[in-house]
Amino acid sequence: MLLADAASNPWSWNLLTDFQVMWSYPFMVNAFRAGAVIAVLAAAVGWFVVLRGQTFAAHTFSVVGFPGASGAVLAGVAAGYGYFAFCVGAAVAIALLPGSGKGRGEESALTGTIQAFLLACGFLFVALYKGFLGGVNSLLFGSFLGITGSQVLLLTVVAAVVLCVLAAIGRPLLFASVDESVAAARGVPVRALATVFLVLLGAATAEASQITGSLLVFALLVLPAATAQVLTPRPGLSLVLAMVIGLAVTWLGLTVAYFSPYPVGFHVTTFAFGGYVLARLVNVVRQASLVRRAPLLRSAA
Amino acid sequence: MTAVTSGIPAQTRTDTTGPVLQLRDAGVRVGGRTLWSGVQLSIAAGEFTAVLGPNGVGKSTLIKAALGLQPLAEGEIRVLGGAPGQAGRRVGYLPQRRSFDASLRIRGTDIVGLGLDGDRWGVPLPVPERFSPKRRAARARIAEVIELVGATKYAHRPIGQCSGGEQQRLLIAQALCRKPEILLLDEPLDSLDLPNQAAVAALIGRICREERVSVIMVAHDVNPILGYLDRVVYLAEGGAATGTPQEVITSETLTRLYGTPVEVLRTSDGRLVVVGQPEAPARHTDRHTPGAVAAAAAPAAEGAGRAAG
Repeated sequence: MLLADAASNPWSWNLLTDFQVMWSYPFMVNAFRAGAVIAVLAAAVGWFVVLRGQTFAAHTFSVVGFPGASGAVLAGVAAGYGYFAFCVGAAVAIALLPGSGKGRGEESALTGTIQAFLLACGFLFVALYKGFLGGVNSLLFGSFLGITGSQVLLLTVVAAVVLCVLAAIGRPLLFASVDESVAAARGVPVRALATVFLVLLGAATAEASQITGSLLVFALLVLPAATAQVLTPRPGLSLVLAMVIGLAVTWLGLTVAYFSPYPVGFHVTTFAFGGYVLARLVNVVRQASLVRRAPLLRSAA
Repeated sequence: MTAVTSGIPAQTRTDTTGPVLQLRDAGVRVGGRTLWSGVQLSIAAGEFTAVLGPNGVGKSTLIKAALGLQPLAEGEIRVLGGAPGQAGRRVGYLPQRRSFDASLRIRGTDIVGLGLDGDRWGVPLPVPERFSPKRRAARARIAEVIELVGATKYAHRPIGQCSGGEQQRLLIAQALCRKPEILLLDEPLDSLDLPNQAAVAALIGRICREERVSVIMVAHDVNPILGYLDRVVYLAEGGAATGTPQEVITSETLTRLYGTPVEVLRTSDGRLVVVGQPEAPARHTDRHTPGAVAAAAAPAAEGAGRAAG
């Protein structure tokens, strides 16, 4: 049941049969479940990433996840554990870096250096693991094959914990993200929040990597949140919208990937990117119509 | 103030006639260097006070000390009769020169709202306002302070797309959300153009009078606020001079304070120009070096813009 074999999964235009066929495979159902969990988590955490301008940190964690995953496979463990261990480990390490008090530790040259070294380690692990060559692509660019029920459970538990913590610190974190000095003066523990958020981000990156691979993490982490924030400046609404967009692009990507010979990472990313471009266009049109309407309003008044 | 605010926890407004901010023999050291020491200071309730002095003398540090963010090296500081940092919601704070990133997609209203409950843990449940008097009250209070600063027209826009003056008004609204008794403002007129400086200065003066908030404002240039001030504090390394602007911004007082000849000139339209004021030793990076140096070098040309700072 190799999915890359497109001929075995023709799209029949009979939606009911198509979905029945697709969901008759347990791994496909697992992929949809895992995708939903990951999309919602990544969108929620990503919403703060976009707000805080921490996309470089997210990028670092995703790159660090690759040696974690390949190392785990080399050691005979599921790649997912490797993602978690390395991404969360990197988050703790960066939070402890000198100079991270300003929340910019992730941008230091040291981070870049370690990132490059770990990426090289990942490459070595792949080389050491003979016959793993086909797997490199899925580690880097994502795959939805072979997600087991127990993995879905692990993903769900981790996501639930991260979302609960995020909900608990949500409002002060928003305050500290947009207005750090006033938040600090109000007694918000700005530094502690930054550290906790980095760890949450590490966990979310590890989860997203398991669908999109290390290199396409932004498709779920950054793009839905960025799209939602372009569409509306209302914080609550754009947070919910980010989750909806994330879920939509993930499920769409999975469906199309099932019926096409091309990899899931490409489809998810393309849908997410398309949504972002569309949102920008909507915004441009909206603003143009506002400008056109403004003189009219003034003359009326 | 008005009935709409009933849902906000009632302010235990201690009607002290005592000072809102008091420093006794206070001194502060930052990075091994004494910024000021032996400062005696007492600021009464309901007054509009400006903190003045040359660059790097530690004006912002005084505000930080009042917030409890900067420990004193010596002496004592009391805010509203208690230790600094204990007054919590009774103190509103506007830090120096913040401008929001143009790409920040959060409404002005939300930024103001964070001033009300941004430090509370958890996220608000999406309960419709009809069923939550607390949320109604919060919303009314936010609308009220936004109206107070005259920002109603643009408060719904993403704050990154507001101009510097508009952002400053919204940030003042944020600081006012919880009905503070003291408003600590750190160079709120900095980086605004002249018309906006005059407008924001008038706004702060009005808030001080009408809302009966004690305003302590660090200023680089005393002239835009001169008409609203009750009191000025001139900081120097060895102490501070306090009094009405007429008493303090004089050649005699400043010469005595700095121990070096300082001349205060008055232009035909009533502006004050301070000439010969010493610069504090610049061992840290100065944020705005040109102002006072230029004023000393060419007071006539600089007089209109920069003075007393």
